[in-house]
Amino acid sequence: MSQDITPNEMNHAEVAHGHDHHDHDHKPKGFVKRWLMTTNHKDIGTLYLIFAFAMFIIGGAMAMIIRLELFQPGLQFVEPDFFNQMTTMHALIMVFGAVMPAFVGLANWMIPLMIGAPDMALPRMNNWSFWILPFAFTMLLSTLFMPGGAPAGGWTMYPPLVLQGGHNVGFLVFAVHMMGISSIMGAINVIATIMNMRAPNVGYLNMPLFVWTWLITAFLLIAVMPVLAGAVTMLLTDRYFDTSFFSAAGGGDPVLFQHIFWFFGHPEVYIMILPAFGIVSEIIPTFARKPLFGYVSMVYATAAIAFLSFIVWAHHMFSVGMPLGGELYFMYATMMIAVPTGVKIFNWVATMWKGSMTFETPMLFSLAFVILFTIGGFSGVMMALAPVDLQYHDTYFIVAHFHYVLVTGAVFGIIAGAYYWLPKWSGHMYNERLGKIHFWWSTISVNVLFFPQHFLGLAGMPRRIPDYSTQFAEFNMWSSIGGFAFGLAQVFFIYVVWKTVKGGEKATAEVWPGAKGLEWTVPSPAPHHTFEEFGPVDLDKMAHGKDH
Amino acid sequence: MKKAQMKFMMLITGLLASSMAAAEYGLNLRKGVTDFSETAYEMHTFTLWICIVIGVLVFGAMIVSIFAHRKSKGYKPEQFSHSTVAEVIWTVIPILILVVIAIPATKALIQMENPTDEQGKRMKMDMTIKVTGYQWKWKYDYMDEGISFLSTLAQEHNIARQKGSGIDVNTIENYLLEVDKPLVIPVDTNIRFLLTADDVIHAWWVPDFGWKRDAIPGYINEAWTNVKTPGTYRGQCAELCGKDHGFMPIVVEAVSKAEYARWVADQKGEQAVEAEMVQTEWTKAQLMDKGEEVFNAQCATCHQATGAGMPPAFPALAGSEFVNGPAADQINLVLNGKAGTAMQAFGNILSDTDIAAAITYTRNSFGNTAGDVVQPATVKSMKQ
Repeated sequence: MSQDITPNEMNHAEVAHGHDHHDHDHKPKGFVKRWLMTTNHKDIGTLYLIFAFAMFIIGGAMAMIIRLELFQPGLQFVEPDFFNQMTTMHALIMVFGAVMPAFVGLANWMIPLMIGAPDMALPRMNNWSFWILPFAFTMLLSTLFMPGGAPAGGWTMYPPLVLQGGHNVGFLVFAVHMMGISSIMGAINVIATIMNMRAPNVGYLNMPLFVWTWLITAFLLIAVMPVLAGAVTMLLTDRYFDTSFFSAAGGGDPVLFQHIFWFFGHPEVYIMILPAFGIVSEIIPTFARKPLFGYVSMVYATAAIAFLSFIVWAHHMFSVGMPLGGELYFMYATMMIAVPTGVKIFNWVATMWKGSMTFETPMLFSLAFVILFTIGGFSGVMMALAPVDLQYHDTYFIVAHFHYVLVTGAVFGIIAGAYYWLPKWSGHMYNERLGKIHFWWSTISVNVLFFPQHFLGLAGMPRRIPDYSTQFAEFNMWSSIGGFAFGLAQVFFIYVVWKTVKGGEKATAEVWPGAKGLEWTVPSPAPHHTFEEFGPVDLDKMAHGKDH
Repeated sequence: MKKAQMKFMMLITGLLASSMAAAEYGLNLRKGVTDFSETAYEMHTFTLWICIVIGVLVFGAMIVSIFAHRKSKGYKPEQFSHSTVAEVIWTVIPILILVVIAIPATKALIQMENPTDEQGKRMKMDMTIKVTGYQWKWKYDYMDEGISFLSTLAQEHNIARQKGSGIDVNTIENYLLEVDKPLVIPVDTNIRFLLTADDVIHAWWVPDFGWKRDAIPGYINEAWTNVKTPGTYRGQCAELCGKDHGFMPIVVEAVSKAEYARWVADQKGEQAVEAEMVQTEWTKAQLMDKGEEVFNAQCATCHQATGAGMPPAFPALAGSEFVNGPAADQINLVLNGKAGTAMQAFGNILSDTDIAAAITYTRNSFGNTAGDVVQPATVKSMKQ
């Protein structure tokens, strides 16, 4: 590979400056040195984001197959077993391949810029934690081409069903191990960076909310990823080494796996939403031209949600046959989550209240986030009620719920952040008209996709079925139409981003007039190295630099 | 641009609304036919309304703000960023609302798990039905009557649902929600359900009864119901259980007590005939006829009607060394299953006659040439 070739999205700095002065950037030359061996937080952030988007497209393609088969009753396109492979792989890829790496990418890019640090605390580990991921997902995806196919027991991997999977079990377990190692290293890096590398005058309660939510998320990751690793290791030994952790016939307990899995799984869903809370908490004040309302209570609410996430896991298991006391406890604990979550939503609305709002694309996605995530929160409160959850459980009502919080929650948060920071990354403003088209197209189609699923679930359609009774036909057709439109909208998003990276109006350092945050004090695009000299930063430039 | 957006949104909402109106079923949870399902319905409706009211307030404030407090109208931003009073109010009020919701939920849950009658005494159960989940069928055991049978997706539906069947599934009534033999229960009777499974986890769910409960290997879960209205109630397995998870429906016929008594008598008569048939010597033709029927209903899902199977998960029987080998080995495998695979221990599921017929059929079909016949009595003797 020629020394001159660098990937398109990063060479605009050279193009713009035309190599006419000596290089301040000190970017390594050559593809291998620049990308494979990189220890630069911005380049690694870019790698994470590109990887996450590629996985989002692959996982999305699987969702398209699912919606295609469900477009009308009867089996038209795939066999039931392949359908189950699609639902399983779609979830695994979206959770571990798209949403989590996207947040780590944003953390890599933005946390050092937001706290005045020159880089992440552990740059070589940073490189490793990224480069594990392509191997983990190659291994997972390779199962699609094996005899017997990919895992088909659901992303929850419940035994005994998942153990019927043949050889994909081993690949699944090792892929999950590698993703877990990557996540734990990423989390350690975030914690080490935030605790040690803040500019000397930046205190904890001066940090932007995105940094706060990520700090808390990182602790959740370190706490629960090893739990998942333990659970899947027991699956591995049950499958290959004749242990009986989860086999009743050997004295084991299939329900034990569910308890362990959800002890990981519930904090996991907050891992996928807390950074998004952080993103919209950055964006709304910028476009409302008004400080974030209740900064300190936002921090405490995030911590409270994180704490509660550890003590509610069995609300995923109300139908499993727990004792009455257990069901009551998990019902009450789950309902309590509504309180700190409500505080956050009220604070966002109070931030908008009497502001001076404009509606650029990041703000539009953030406003949609607040409304649609709240709808997902409402159905969450409803299903916290154990006696009614015996109806909702494992139906499309649940599917609608978690897609509202994960797609219009987590994914909308990520997209909002991408539009918000893209000018800082690329040095160009995105096309506002195209951004708005992307927003309306996504928001309308995602509701056509997921809102009817509430009705399907209430009417009695179970989840994870490839074919259904004809009474469910109409809403499934609507849902599929919405699904295809939403999928296409994200292909359009690639075009919008590509166009921005290739060119467009030059972005100023501040990008958004009046925006607070240290990231807006460095030039756009952000130079390869920033905050190289350790020293105090101008606290007036930070949203919460002074009083709060 | 703005107008075009509005028009587009109105079009979408209009289309959605008309589609909802045309739908033959409700948008809401079913009320069902038991006290428990009615309680669940009421709690669902109550909570939904609370959510709608909160939603109107929160989204209303947002919408007012979006339209009033915008830069394009020249609105100057205030700079307030904190109010302890507001924070306390919107922490305390949600807590109070949650307490109000939690009280009926607690009562309903106690009634499900530890049911009591009007006098507050522990409710007495009148009969017990054991439900066992298998890949992909249900087995019902009437513990007090000694009646026991399998319930699988009805044959017509099973044919239509195959990929490329060429059958328009819209022409089939209750598509995928019909079984060959429904569960029959009396109305106005406290029925205890004991739920378990023999391979993977399943979940037994009839929405009109208001609950689902997992059927887990190694566990015996308990639930109860008392159906007030005679009728046919349909449901499905609700826990992913493998490739045909979507194809193991549940049909319950709730009938009057008198009709139920007649049905029990009929079943006992049939079982006596069945028991006699095990003792008789069957001809090969008889076994082949019966075997084809049993094979297509119980075995063909995995091993295929042609015996070609779906390797590697579901091996072929056609030309199989094992099927063409000693009959005793095959009987043993069918009776006891194969651990770690979907091959179940059919000794607990099918009658001796059915097993003998199915084995005879496989040994003499699909080009297999074992040539021998397996008598029901042989199977019975090998069970010990």
